[in-house]
Amino acid sequence: MGTSITMSNTNQHNASAASTKTPLPTPLKPRKSLGSFLVTPSVLILLVWMIVPLAMTIYFSLIRYNLLYPGDNELVWLENFEFFVTDDGFFAGISNTLILVGSVLVITVAMGVGISVLINSSFWGQGIVRVLLISPFFIMPTVSSLVWKNLIFHPVSGVLAAIWQFFGATPIDWFTTYPLLSIIIIVAWQWLPFAILLFVTALQSLDQEQQEAARLDGAGSWSIFYYLTLPHLARPIAVVVMIETIFLLSLFAEIFTTTGGGPGYETTNLAYLIYSQALLQFDVGMASAGGLIAVILANIAAFFLVRVIGKNLTDKP
Amino acid sequence: MAYLDIKQLRKAYNETEILKGIDLEINDQEFVVFVGPSGCGKTTLLRSIAGLEEVTSGQIVLDSTDITQLPPAKRDLAMVFQSYALYPHMSVKENMSFALKLAGIEKAVIEKKVKETAEILELGPLLERKPKDLSGGQRQRVAIGRAIVRNPKVFLFDEPLSNLDAALRIQMRLELAKLHKELKTTMIYVTHDQVEAMTLADKVVLLNQGKIEQIGSPLDLYTKPANKFVAGFLGMPRMSFLDGKIVSSGTEGIQVQLAAGENVSLPTRETSLSTGTPVSLGVRPEHVSISDVANGHLQARLEVSEHLGSDTYYYVKTPTNESITIRSDNQNKVNDNEAVGLQLDLTQCHLFEKEGNRIY
Ligand SMILES: Nc1ncnc2c1ncn2[C@@H]1O[C@H](COP(=O)(O)OP(=O)(O)OP(=O)(O)O)[C@@H](O)[C@H]1O
Ligand SMILES: [Mg+2]
Repeated sequence: MGTSITMSNTNQHNASAASTKTPLPTPLKPRKSLGSFLVTPSVLILLVWMIVPLAMTIYFSLIRYNLLYPGDNELVWLENFEFFVTDDGFFAGISNTLILVGSVLVITVAMGVGISVLINSSFWGQGIVRVLLISPFFIMPTVSSLVWKNLIFHPVSGVLAAIWQFFGATPIDWFTTYPLLSIIIIVAWQWLPFAILLFVTALQSLDQEQQEAARLDGAGSWSIFYYLTLPHLARPIAVVVMIETIFLLSLFAEIFTTTGGGPGYETTNLAYLIYSQALLQFDVGMASAGGLIAVILANIAAFFLVRVIGKNLTDKP
Repeated sequence: MAYLDIKQLRKAYNETEILKGIDLEINDQEFVVFVGPSGCGKTTLLRSIAGLEEVTSGQIVLDSTDITQLPPAKRDLAMVFQSYALYPHMSVKENMSFALKLAGIEKAVIEKKVKETAEILELGPLLERKPKDLSGGQRQRVAIGRAIVRNPKVFLFDEPLSNLDAALRIQMRLELAKLHKELKTTMIYVTHDQVEAMTLADKVVLLNQGKIEQIGSPLDLYTKPANKFVAGFLGMPRMSFLDGKIVSSGTEGIQVQLAAGENVSLPTRETSLSTGTPVSLGVRPEHVSISDVANGHLQARLEVSEHLGSDTYYYVKTPTNESITIRSDNQNKVNDNEAVGLQLDLTQCHLFEKEGNRIY
């Protein structure tokens, strides 16, 4: 049990540590030694915080350690990794993770930008609409997944089933027919408010006179959106992409409460695969190996994100 | 050709009327300056002309086409904003070519136009830079360049120099005057800086509380203000006003009894004024001089003096507690609180009736 928690911690820590590697403002020269001295305790704590679980995970990944077969935990070196990578679920896990993260990013960014631009102009009931748009973010993932599962997607009692029946169509059993799509819809619904929140805030700092100048220059709404609004939103889009990537790579609760990774491996992502190794098959060694692979993958993703997007963040507008 | 005719223009936000019936004609190639105190509606008037503000009633006619209801882009006007409003994500070149690109003009033509304009404004080496990498004066020039490339019928400027420091402002002022000579385009310019108004304008439009107080050449407004407001608004330091009463008026002039001193006689033939009419005598600082206590038109006491090097400003108070400002180019030392006599140049004084209109 403990292993799984520390693993997901390491995973997130590494990803966010990598994302803060972008150049920080350099402190004044003479203070440098004093400054590094003063930050030493916190850096040390942070290191211990990271290194202890990491070291333990590495250790577990190199030994045979199955809770069902207690006995000597002999050193097997990379055997766990080999089994994990050659497992049937591994390829599905990686591709599902990528599809999930990618689609949710595209949906939340595209719809987020669209909705934010629409609600940015003042209209009657603006306040209520904004609160409604933000509120899904405050609902616990397990709760919202259950609501989606039992009240919306359910082939008998779901709202969608009722609509389908109203038009005389046969209701769809979403989680059997389109399992991954269903999960993507649920997760996108949860993360859309986050994107909207960031975009709306950014839109409020968009200069009014620039838009007026563009109107005088002959720009219509579309040109203003394309040449002024979108470049202005580049930074919040980058933030949304980075943060969502970090969190979505370790997506778990939504899958656990709805499909349980199935049918087959169709909705199993890496986090769920590790969970099933550790707690369904009680193979701590293999789960640790999977965790480390996930950490490496997260770091690769973080590296590219920082490369592509980090520059955008540190550039002054 | 650009002949702009504004007829009975009104603009109200909710219930408050901001522009209260503006009538204005602007001729081709004219440099028109809107001045007035803060909040009088200069920006609103300019934005209404640009089409950024919907007017409540009235008409704006440009070269005999009614443009009142046209969208901004169709009006053939270009505006330079106070904040410059450059597009931050585009280079100087892209900023300047934006309008032409949207209009679907050929790349080669755009290139040529931008290059020409950059030459006029000395922006050549900066074309690839982003606005954030430019100084205030350079941004200002880009904003002007963005307007020039469009070759509009009328240029609109809203306080374009107010974000610049004093030295740069003077330089840009001269450059604007030069630019107007070169381009020979109609320009409308909003400012609250009198010096800009006096130096740049062919025609000054002085606004107050949403109404035009006076239209005319800068010197006309200075020497023949239509009323007390115009007289008091133009000129630094301001004109001083003294209360008085008409004693007699006839062919030889008007005799005015000043509350603060003796009778003065103004050389005017205005005769329709009845004796006893309360009036206000306006005199500019440069038309008062300090004399012996015994010799002046009135006596006063010096409160403060400011020595600027070239000029000295004396602020004095009459026994009736009216303030008078005197500008003098000699460096005579007068002590604070010393009693002085004041000599008025009566050919240069103005007389205003109680409602504010100028009599003389
Ligand atoms: N959107 C608006 N809603 C309500 N009132 C407005 C609005 N915009 C301007 N006003 C009012 O209109 C009046 C004129 O404003 P305007 O900006 O034209 O003044 P201005 O002459 O340009 O002043 P300044 O020299 O300070 O720029 C002001 O009293 C202002 O409060
Ligand atoms: Mg203004």
